[in-house]
Amino acid sequence: MESELLFKPGHTACAGCGQSLAARMVIEAAGKNTIVANNTGCLEVFSTKYPESAWNVPWIHSLFENCAAVASGIEAALIYLGKKDTTNVIAQGGDGGTADIGLQALSGMLERGHDILYVCYDNEAYMNTGVQRSGLTPFHTNTTTSPIGPKSVGNVRFKKPMPEIANAHGIPYVATASAGFPQDIQRKVKKAISIKGPKYIQIHVPCPLGWRHETELMLEIGKLAVETGLYPLIEYENGVLSAVRKITQPKPVEEYLKAQGRFKHLLGNPELIKQIQDIADNNIRKYNLKG
Amino acid sequence: MYGPLIVKPAKSKGDKTGSWRIKLKPKFLQKNCIGCKMCLLVCPEGCIQGKEKNTYLPNYEYCKGCGLCAVICPKADIIMVEESSEGDKK
Repeated sequence: MESELLFKPGHTACAGCGQSLAARMVIEAAGKNTIVANNTGCLEVFSTKYPESAWNVPWIHSLFENCAAVASGIEAALIYLGKKDTTNVIAQGGDGGTADIGLQALSGMLERGHDILYVCYDNEAYMNTGVQRSGLTPFHTNTTTSPIGPKSVGNVRFKKPMPEIANAHGIPYVATASAGFPQDIQRKVKKAISIKGPKYIQIHVPCPLGWRHETELMLEIGKLAVETGLYPLIEYENGVLSAVRKITQPKPVEEYLKAQGRFKHLLGNPELIKQIQDIADNNIRKYNLKG
Repeated sequence: MYGPLIVKPAKSKGDKTGSWRIKLKPKFLQKNCIGCKMCLLVCPEGCIQGKEKNTYLPNYEYCKGCGLCAVICPKADIIMVEESSEGDKK
């Protein structure tokens, strides 16, 4: 059975890493006829410590910014060879490689209409280099480049709306997922690769090191982000919001914040917690999550 | 072809990350297991294997002791126990 695994143990991810779980879900759902292009980032570093590789599929590391462009070239070559119909192409990277450094290449890939699935593993900062803020770092997060202090309560900017940016390209499928719901990741990846054209999936992956929580809470924290409304699970098909994961009883954001060291400075300050709660309430209204 | 090239895929198996465990390791009791496969699904390491109920076991050569399998088990059939001795770290 082990020989069939497409993402092998022995990689050097931290204990309880959400990204390593999500990466395994994605590649197992896509199957072995897949070629992966990978941005620089945590996933690249921990899965391919030279001369070792955890990948049991063809895999290429590009630079930080151009994995979408490299994947576009792979797709064009497969079309020339007449092998595109039997081979999936996945481009993947972290939130920094997707929303900041790699946005130009990603936008080009989406606009040119390549038949590629782009997967963004969103751990909400540059974890690989020591927790620096990225465009997908949430409001009021304590990171090494948005530290807390007498005049600062963490990151001053809101999370960049990457799913909406991808959707604005008019591509056939955009979805968000969470490592807290592994089966949901697999369903969305299977659905995405059955659709022809560019696809974008953004997966929320808790990071015990950068978020400073206990390793065994990884799944729980991933679920809480969804159940509070801070990370809505949504699907766009052909530009239209086609499905959302409904929340019957939205949980207060404090439950999500209190388990994580990166939000510890907010506890005991109702005004700051209210500002985070407003983001969650706004999401619930915007995507009609209550149900 | 140039640049670092790894010609044998899935070579990471040579890296025995089980030595990273610092305090606790999961113990699979194999008594009340219902074979739901949730431990196998959520293991970030992907090192749990088994075919039917009461057969699931982690590979301690790779298990980093994160404890997610013990949290997800609906029957509490996986518990975290102290690492008894250095000899167990394999």
